[in-house]
Parts: sequence; C-alpha cells; structure tokens
Amino acid sequence: MRLDIDAVSVTLSGRDVIEDVSLAVPSGQFTALVGPNGSGKSTLLRTVYRAHRPYAGTVRLDGRDLWSMPAAQAARSVGVLMQEQHTGFEFTVAEMVGLGRTAHLGFFDRFTHEDRDAVAEALDRTGLTAYAQRRVGQLSGGERQRVLLARALAGRPRVLVLDEPTNHLDVRHQLDLLELVRDLDVTVLAALHSLDLAAAYADAVAVLRGGKLVAHGPAAEVLTPSTIGEVFEVEATVHDVGGRPGFALRPRCVCPDGRCHWSCRRRAEALLSDAR
Amino acid sequence: MTALVHKLPLRAAAVPYPALLAVLGVGLTVSVVLATGLGAVAVPSGEVAGILAHRLTGGGDSAATADLIVWRIRFPRVLLSAVAGAGLAVAGAVVQGVVRNPVADPYLLGLSHGASVGAVLVLTTGASVLGALTLPLAAFAGASAAMGIVLALASRQGRLLPVRLILVGVAFGHLFAGITSYVLALTESSAAQQQIIFWLLGGLSGASWATLPIPAAVVGAATALLLVRARRLNALVLGEEAGAALGLNASRQRWYLLLLVTLLTGTVVAVSGGIGFVGLIVPHLARMLVGADHRRMLPITVVLGALFLLWADVAARTLVSPTELPIGVLTAFLGVPCFLLVMRARGLAGQETP
Repeated sequence: MRLDIDAVSVTLSGRDVIEDVSLAVPSGQFTALVGPNGSGKSTLLRTVYRAHRPYAGTVRLDGRDLWSMPAAQAARSVGVLMQEQHTGFEFTVAEMVGLGRTAHLGFFDRFTHEDRDAVAEALDRTGLTAYAQRRVGQLSGGERQRVLLARALAGRPRVLVLDEPTNHLDVRHQLDLLELVRDLDVTVLAALHSLDLAAAYADAVAVLRGGKLVAHGPAAEVLTPSTIGEVFEVEATVHDVGGRPGFALRPRCVCPDGRCHWSCRRRAEALLSDAR
Repeated sequence: MTALVHKLPLRAAAVPYPALLAVLGVGLTVSVVLATGLGAVAVPSGEVAGILAHRLTGGGDSAATADLIVWRIRFPRVLLSAVAGAGLAVAGAVVQGVVRNPVADPYLLGLSHGASVGAVLVLTTGASVLGALTLPLAAFAGASAAMGIVLALASRQGRLLPVRLILVGVAFGHLFAGITSYVLALTESSAAQQQIIFWLLGGLSGASWATLPIPAAVVGAATALLLVRARRLNALVLGEEAGAALGLNASRQRWYLLLLVTLLTGTVVAVSGGIGFVGLIVPHLARMLVGADHRRMLPITVVLGALFLLWADVAARTLVSPTELPIGVLTAFLGVPCFLLVMRARGLAGQETP
C-alpha cells in the first residue's frame, strides 16, 4: 500500500511544528525518518495514525484520503508502534497484543478465528509466545517494546508506522526488529535515531529539521557529512561498511579546553552573538 | 498482618476463571438466603429457603409472620442491596477506565454530590409534587445535572480529556458538597436534619418490591452492554494516542460511557442515598483477582459489589438493632481496611505503579 504525505502542515498550540512536508513511501518500501530532537518526526507520524490532524495538506493511502475515512478503516490499514505512556492497569501480553485487533471488531467485540490467528502469529513473530500470560508491567523495557510491535502486527497492517522502535532494545534485538520489519510485505515509515540503522535497513531516508523536510533519497546520497553536520550540528565522517555508509560522529567543539558540554555550547553562542 | 497479606491469593492464576466466578456466584446466592434470615427477628435459613422456593415457584400469600418478614420486607431489601452494590461497583470500574486512573469513582466526577444536592433540596423544602418518587427523581436529576455541568466544562471542541475531567469533577464535587452543607446549616427542623444526614450516608431502609425493578433493570442492562463492548473499554485505558492508532474514537467512547455511568449512579443513588467507597474499592479487588481485562474483571466486579453491599447492609441493620446505622458508615468501616490491605498487597507483590 502506497503512503503519500502531501504538503502537510501541523500546528501545536499555535506554533508550526510541521511545515509543508511532502513525502511518498512506495508500496512495500521502508523509509526512515531522521532528524534531531524536536524536529517534528513524531508529529509527522501522528498525522499518519490519525492522532493529530494536519491543518493543511493530505495523507493518502493508495490515493485515498486517510483523514476522510472512518477511524476504524484507517486503523485496519495502518499499524503503529509508538512511545507509550504507562497506565496503572495491568494487562497480560496476550491481552495487550489482542488490543491490536480493536479496529477489526464487530459490535459485540467477539474474537473470530482470524483474530486469534493474527494474535498468535504476532506473538510468534516477536518471540513472545511463551510470554503470553505474563503481565506487561513485569517485563523489561525491551520486552515491552516487542509487545508493542506485536500489537501493531496483530492488526495485520499494510502500512507500519514506527516511532523510535529500537528504544530500550539491546543491539541484537534492534537488528532482529528491523530485519523482521524489512522482511514483512508492508510499507514502513519509521523514525530512527541511529543513522547506521537507517542506512542499513531503509530504502530511503528522509531528513527533518525544524519541521521541514531538508533531504530525501537513498541513504548514500542523503546522509553526507555536510547534511549530517548541518542538521545535527556534529562533525561527521562517512566511511564505507560493506557497500553501505557507516558514520563516525564527533561533537562540533568550539571550546578551547575541548570539553564539549552543553554549557560550552551556550558560552560559544553567547560569544558569537556578542561578536555580531 | 504482613504474613496474612503474603498469603492472600493476589493473583488467582491458580484458580481457573470459571471456577472463581462459580464460587462467587454460589457465595452470592447463599449470602442472599443467609442475609434474608438475619435481622431483628431471625428466621432460620432453612425456613427462608423454603419460603423463597415457595414464592419463586409461584406460590401465593400466606398469613405466617415469617412469610411476611421474609418476602415482603427482607428479601426485596437484600436484593436491592445486591443490585445497588453491583451498580456502584460497575460504575466505579467504568469511571476508572474512562479517566485512566485506578483511584477514581463516581464521587470523583461530582456525580454523587450532585445527587445529594437534589435530594437535600427535596428534604428541606418538603416538596412532594411527585409523591414518593419525588426524592429519587430529585437525586437522579441532581446527578444528571452534575454530570452535565462537568462534561460541558471538561470538554473542549468535543474532546474529553481525563485530566480535565478529574479536575472539573473534583472542583464541582466540592461546590456541590458546599451547597449541601449550606442547606443543612440553614435547616432549622432537627428532624429534617436527621433525614438529610441519613440520606447523605446512604441507607436501604426504604427498600420494597416497588423500588427494585428500575435499578435492577438499569444495572442489568448497563452491565450487559458493557460486557459485550469490554474490549473497547480495554483499548480506552491505553489513552488517547494509542486509542487513535487502534481506530478507537476515545472522546466519543468517553461520552457514551459517562452517560451510562450517570444513568447507573443516578438510578442507584436515587434509591440508596450517597453510598461511598463501593465504586472505589470493589473494582480494585476484582483487578487483583483476575487482572485488568474488562471482559474478566467486570463480571467479578458485579458479584463482589453485590456481596460487599449486601453484607454491609446486614451489618447496618443488625449491629445496633433495632436502630439502623447509615450504610455509608459501614462501607467506610469495611472499605478502608480492605483498601489498605489491597494497597499493601500491591506494594508487596512488586506491582507498585508510578
């Protein structure tokens, strides 16, 4: 299923957090969204799972306007792994993953064979079958993250939206998760912090900064030292790792003692503004 | 105390769910028979069972005193206490889910205080335009008006957010309580004051066959509706954002559910007065036994709520017989130790949630 984000703008408390972003993810492709904290990655993803309505522009699934279809219909196509708030209510893993079927339920909320199959398959794919009866609150952060992935997969989505999916995961599980996601026959839009993972798994990388799309294309073309330096304000060296880019990042240091902390950056900015 | 808490079956994982429900169901049935026998004039359980069996199979009137006590006076009261307990407990469970806060109950949203204002105004003005129905209707109207005000002020652009609901609910609860106290202070007749205090603390002494059908029907229908839609209630607990991702319109669900809670609380409070704590404590106990999934915890909540209020009412009418204690006193005396026990047990079981 093709995902089109077309000239989308979003405001939060009167401030523009996404400005005129257009981004297309072809069917079955994996696009990674990278950018510094506060660049609008999560907000842009929210417009795709209908948590935040853009005030301008459209989001389309195979050409159909996502925001004008019923909520349940949109949710049947789009699966989401998001940063989740903790609630005081304790569900078991199976119950939590089962909630991924919410959009498929009829009036009486009964599970059909298909619902049960989808939940079992999601548990199996994420290696959680043995955890089904455990309480989510008793799991480690990494296991909980896998539960959230399983919940997204349980809806058998055709578009998968992932907001920092590798949070809390150790390196092996980070790779496991991205391998799994890449091998699924779904369209993926994922916000990632790790440039290495983005370059390794994504068909295309989109770079956001200050709510604007500054670059979009194959990782090798987009993640250049100059773009990374400009967007993340770090010194980047790109080297070849088995045919794809790998990144060495250093702080962009302006302090004479070489201690590049936040306070140093603040002093440097003060000096600069004085000089002006 | 600590040792006792450790031994509590905090997670009844060892007990299969159907068995647990069956045990509680049998417990409720036995309790109904036992409670009907208890009172100023004790009737042996065997005789109670005989009378109930005779009547429930279509048997006619008999002149026996025991028949009068059991069938006319105690049985409807015991049933009403069970219905009211179940209704308040379910209302509590739903409010906790709606505001995503496990320590919420209908009091928190100002519902019960609104009902009190309605009832107190009737009691002090002596209005009786609608006869015996005046008081329950005024209480129901008070609860509905309170919910209407809270919903109107807590929603913005049709969106209903949990934190705003709690804040507005608590604020207006205080306002309504203030109005009630003001009216109470202005009342000169001490008989009316007595009546008001008794109503505020709740009581089922007005129970009769006539007061039973409406609460029973409302509690039954609301519970059935909630049970078939229980998965949606689960999704609501996850919050606005997860709800949106799962295709659930969280705000709309909250509206529906709060209207249902208003109907439930209003109907029950109208016949029972302001009984506190059931809605807070019982859903907690149910969750401890079977977890947070509403498909499993709602039926347990219903039965536990019925059991809790049934025995609280027995205590209320027998402890200092022939005088009757307000049932709110009993639910507080029984409820607070229960609540502390639950809290300790949760902490000890390592499930303290931030």
